[in-house]
Amino acid sequence: MKLFEYEAKEILKKYGVKVPKSVLVKKGEDPIEKMKQAGLEPPVVVKSQVLVAGRGKAGGIKMAKTWDDVKRLVDELFDKPIKGIKPRLLLIEEAIPHEIELYVGMVIDRSERKPVILASKYGGMDIEEIAREKPESIIRVHVDPFIGLKGYQARLIGKKIGLTGKALSNFAKFLTALYNMFMDYDGELAESNPLALVGDEVIPLDARLIVDDNALYRHPELAKEILEESGEYTEWEIKARKKGLAFVELDGDIGIIGNGAGLTMTTMDLVYEFGGKPANFLDIGGGASAELVKTAVSFLVEFPKTKKIFMNIFGGITRCDEVAKGIVKALEELGKLEKPLVVRLAGTNEEEGREILKKHGIEAFVDPIEAVKRLMEL
Amino acid sequence: MAILLDEKTKVIVQGITGREGSFHTKLMLDYGTKIVAGVTPGKGGQEVHGVPVYDTMEEAVKEHPDAIASIIFVPARFAADAVYEAVDAGMKLVVVITEHIPVHESLKFINYAKQKGTTVIGPNCPGLISPGKAKLGIMPGHVFKEGPIGIISRSGTLTYEIGYALSKQGMGQSTVIGIGGDPVIGTSFTEAMELFEKDPETEALVLVGEIGGDMEERAAQMIKEGRFTKPVVAFIAGRTAPPGKRMGHAGAIIMMGTGTYQGKVKALEEAGVKVAKTPFEIPELLRQALKK
Repeated sequence: MKLFEYEAKEILKKYGVKVPKSVLVKKGEDPIEKMKQAGLEPPVVVKSQVLVAGRGKAGGIKMAKTWDDVKRLVDELFDKPIKGIKPRLLLIEEAIPHEIELYVGMVIDRSERKPVILASKYGGMDIEEIAREKPESIIRVHVDPFIGLKGYQARLIGKKIGLTGKALSNFAKFLTALYNMFMDYDGELAESNPLALVGDEVIPLDARLIVDDNALYRHPELAKEILEESGEYTEWEIKARKKGLAFVELDGDIGIIGNGAGLTMTTMDLVYEFGGKPANFLDIGGGASAELVKTAVSFLVEFPKTKKIFMNIFGGITRCDEVAKGIVKALEELGKLEKPLVVRLAGTNEEEGREILKKHGIEAFVDPIEAVKRLMEL
Repeated sequence: MAILLDEKTKVIVQGITGREGSFHTKLMLDYGTKIVAGVTPGKGGQEVHGVPVYDTMEEAVKEHPDAIASIIFVPARFAADAVYEAVDAGMKLVVVITEHIPVHESLKFINYAKQKGTTVIGPNCPGLISPGKAKLGIMPGHVFKEGPIGIISRSGTLTYEIGYALSKQGMGQSTVIGIGGDPVIGTSFTEAMELFEKDPETEALVLVGEIGGDMEERAAQMIKEGRFTKPVVAFIAGRTAPPGKRMGHAGAIIMMGTGTYQGKVKALEEAGVKVAKTPFEIPELLRQALKK
């Protein structure tokens, strides 16, 4: 789960990091009054609190030099969608004059199976281009998850991005705080870009934290409903998630249901190979109940992009008879299926499953190629 | 021969009294797997399908000192604990079926197991099967047949599909491993390939990949460098899938240029690997590769 900038900065404060003084405003609140209460004066930076990447380039961050600017920019940014998403909150932050912008981030390196810290002296909006053009300018250091980030490693990273003296030790302190936050909060990503160098101090002008969804149970204070705001999902994807379906919207017109991500993706590829275009990815996972299957089938019948539906099930934990019962339930609930459905059933209890479907006039294929061919004829 | 698992391997099931644990214990026993004990804290003294249950791994191992492998059906919140318990009890192989384990947990127990010399398969995986000998996992046993083909797969159900297609064509399998779909897993493509390289029974290998990550690219590199010498056929799921979610700049920088369908196919083809367009092309491509 992605956290907003202001949330990540709040957490960083707990680790002793100095962040720019700020106020958070909701729509309808008087920004001037809030600023005055907090002892904040222009120049300030008004920042749209959205979760989508590339916020700066999309015009979601503006400098306000006067009180009038603040008023105008607050109104402007509340009304300005960033990649389709309007902010619910704005962060008004003291402007920090600086000349040097650094980059630091960390993720888990899948291959090395260790956290990896990335740092560069060329922070700012073009960091990915820099990584492509001058890969040697990005410092990478792996950390042993049991030993943690050692002081010398943090200083070495600082040294390699050109810091010396007091700035070096301040950077090392900041990096240690960011790493500790990353580990304590089950981070998939922790990042500060840009990290401003002001005299000897380093100040995070932006901060990002993505928390592993599987670990949210131990960070209950962070859990929130942000489907709409995350900017990652379409209207139908949000509807699907609310029904507990793993669904991704695509551009074609053939509805796809499979069990297991690999098989579902392969089913999409197969349809494509035979000249069709998938309208979606929908994975009912392992051991799906009849109820879930019913929900999935009804959902794709409702989903306006689909003209026909292809269901490809290879039973392992998933039982084909349970799947068949789900299809029948959908059929009974909807009266009739308004869109043609082609089913392929194989694996655990396939005979029973086919028998159930046959009684309701639905033919289930054994061979997926035959099934796709039939699908394309319809 | 097979790798990691055969008819003689003595197995302990962790989480044996749970719904999944008990159900699959039955199926594994029916397949011929030598399950000697089960562990569920607080349920010691019970029996599940004739298998004695213990409260701790230590007790189970004391009573069954020849057990060397365990399979974990413990819920996500307690699964990491179960892995440490298995490693500390001296298991050589630990298969983690459980999904939704926090990645920071997997990261640690996988590093720990490695230091202690324990092989971890998974998490979030279907396990492994040496057809005709034993299965340590949740795959339907009947789709796999004994033979000379090794399979390493990132996917569950797709592996069943491919095993089924091969078996139908009379191409049985030595060992089939589902390595799991999580970002961090205990055994990668290349690590499993090292085992298959040494297994005299395995004559050829099928790699079942997916978009994302760089395991396929690393496998290609290994083949290119001559560290894996048997014929390989690959299939990559997700040719038509949209690119995965972006994870900040750091995610993009670390994965630069890897992870796409095209990138993986290119890397594999450059290493001389035939890449099947559908899973059903695999048997024919294997036949051609074996003829050479």
